[in-house]
Amino acid sequence: MHPLRGVAAIVGTCDTEVGIVPDKGPTELCSQAIRGALDDAGLTLADVDGLITCNSMADPYMYHAEMMAEYLQIFPGYTLSLGAGGGATFAALHHAASAIATGMADTVVVAMAECLRTGLTRDQAMAMQSSSGHPQFERPYGPTVPAFYGLVARAYMDAYGATSEHFAAVAVSARDHACRHPFAQMREPITIEDVLASRMIADPLHLLDCSLVSDGGCAVVLTSAERARDLRQSPVYLLGAGEGHSHEHISATHNLVTSAAADSGRRAYEMAGVGPGDIDVAGIYDCFTPVVLIELEDLGFCGKGEAGDFVTQGGLALDGALPTNTHGGLLSHSHTGNPGSMFALTECVAQLRHSAGDRQVADAQTALVHAQGGILSSHCTVILGRENT
Amino acid sequence: MSTHEGKNLPRPTPETQAYWDAAKDHRLLIQQCSDCDTHQFYPRPHCTQCGGMNMDWVEANGSATLVSYSVINRPVSKAYADDDSAILALVRLVEGPQMMTNIVDCGLADLAIGDALTVVFEDWTDEISMPKFKRTR
Ligand SMILES: [Zn+2]
Repeated sequence: MHPLRGVAAIVGTCDTEVGIVPDKGPTELCSQAIRGALDDAGLTLADVDGLITCNSMADPYMYHAEMMAEYLQIFPGYTLSLGAGGGATFAALHHAASAIATGMADTVVVAMAECLRTGLTRDQAMAMQSSSGHPQFERPYGPTVPAFYGLVARAYMDAYGATSEHFAAVAVSARDHACRHPFAQMREPITIEDVLASRMIADPLHLLDCSLVSDGGCAVVLTSAERARDLRQSPVYLLGAGEGHSHEHISATHNLVTSAAADSGRRAYEMAGVGPGDIDVAGIYDCFTPVVLIELEDLGFCGKGEAGDFVTQGGLALDGALPTNTHGGLLSHSHTGNPGSMFALTECVAQLRHSAGDRQVADAQTALVHAQGGILSSHCTVILGRENT
Repeated sequence: MSTHEGKNLPRPTPETQAYWDAAKDHRLLIQQCSDCDTHQFYPRPHCTQCGGMNMDWVEANGSATLVSYSVINRPVSKAYADDDSAILALVRLVEGPQMMTNIVDCGLADLAIGDALTVVFEDWTDEISMPKFKRTR
């Protein structure tokens, strides 16, 4: 048995308001999420002895976790500020569970917030765009983040005969879910035709193939499985976690259509002792629609090249083979930048607590969340369960 | 010739200076390991294949194939707005290494993955010329 399996549990969660939140900055949203998650757990700031955060672009600090501890006036024995882009979220869970397992901390909060929508100055927004890419061997060519993913999209289409309709089906599925979420940023239903008719951002990616730009914050509280059983919420155990790191710059990738999600997924399944067929509900990183197809395949839910048909046939729906991103995902719930996939995590925790209301997947026992950062660069997969046996 | 003012100019480092110096003369330099013969890009003092420290600079043939491409429909900044090279691409040199570039003198509709390409150079400043690629006629 892996020494980390089932040792830690998520006992509290909190999403702040998301979308356009002009009256709060990232530091306050992060604080709000932390306090909310502790309330949810029935714990207080005094119980926190570990804190993991990720820096904010709109309100950056040199040592972000120290800043959040200072803001909240807590004095933990363990802090970590992570930087792995969108993959930092679940890597943080991996670290939190390790800290609990090794006795570095008893109760760890993982919290992230960002104001991408209203918090960035024009210069910051520009700097963010043009700072992606290798400074000598990519950035001079004028790439944008959507154009980087356009390279992935085109290669995937060429390799497997995937179509724009396949990509669009991912966006439609996300929107269907978001329509059931009271706080999702986009709640008007869309069709495949709407996606194909939306303007081109980076051919072959249309506007509706791209995730949102949002403000918001999110936090979860983890503690030992032993302590979790005495707390207010039914614990959601961390059964498996695995990472995969293949490159920083997309021009240095060895494979545009198979990602290191294959590595992170394999490691997470091995630790949890489960396989893709055991997963009842999933959160799959959906910064751009083709990424979902590649990840579904690399995580073993479909054969290579088959995910487009899987999604088109309703595979991601609430009653589908793999209900996915039931909150609406980065495409329709919110995309706050690095913290973005935290909301997929809190949604999966709600699913496993059987408290997801209209979006509840019947009798969900086991969930998988996957996030990636950079341009398919850093991957982390986490498997969660209602039981730790 | 369009102006290149405001573009993201590369800043050579000690490890890459020779590459940019050659680009100024419209030559595409890559590295080759004298221990295991592997070609390598981008430049670094060690061989990522065998770990050796005996890298030689060699002039690439200049031929490549198109690995993937996309279009920068929304330019990253004003400096790139009038660019006729808004096609972002990954190309594989015949020697093996992959690099990012723009495809020039060509529309989107003319391109297909696997196309044969040839390097061309665009002079941006007295110090910097950018290797780009066009379809081989
Ligand atoms: Zn070598």
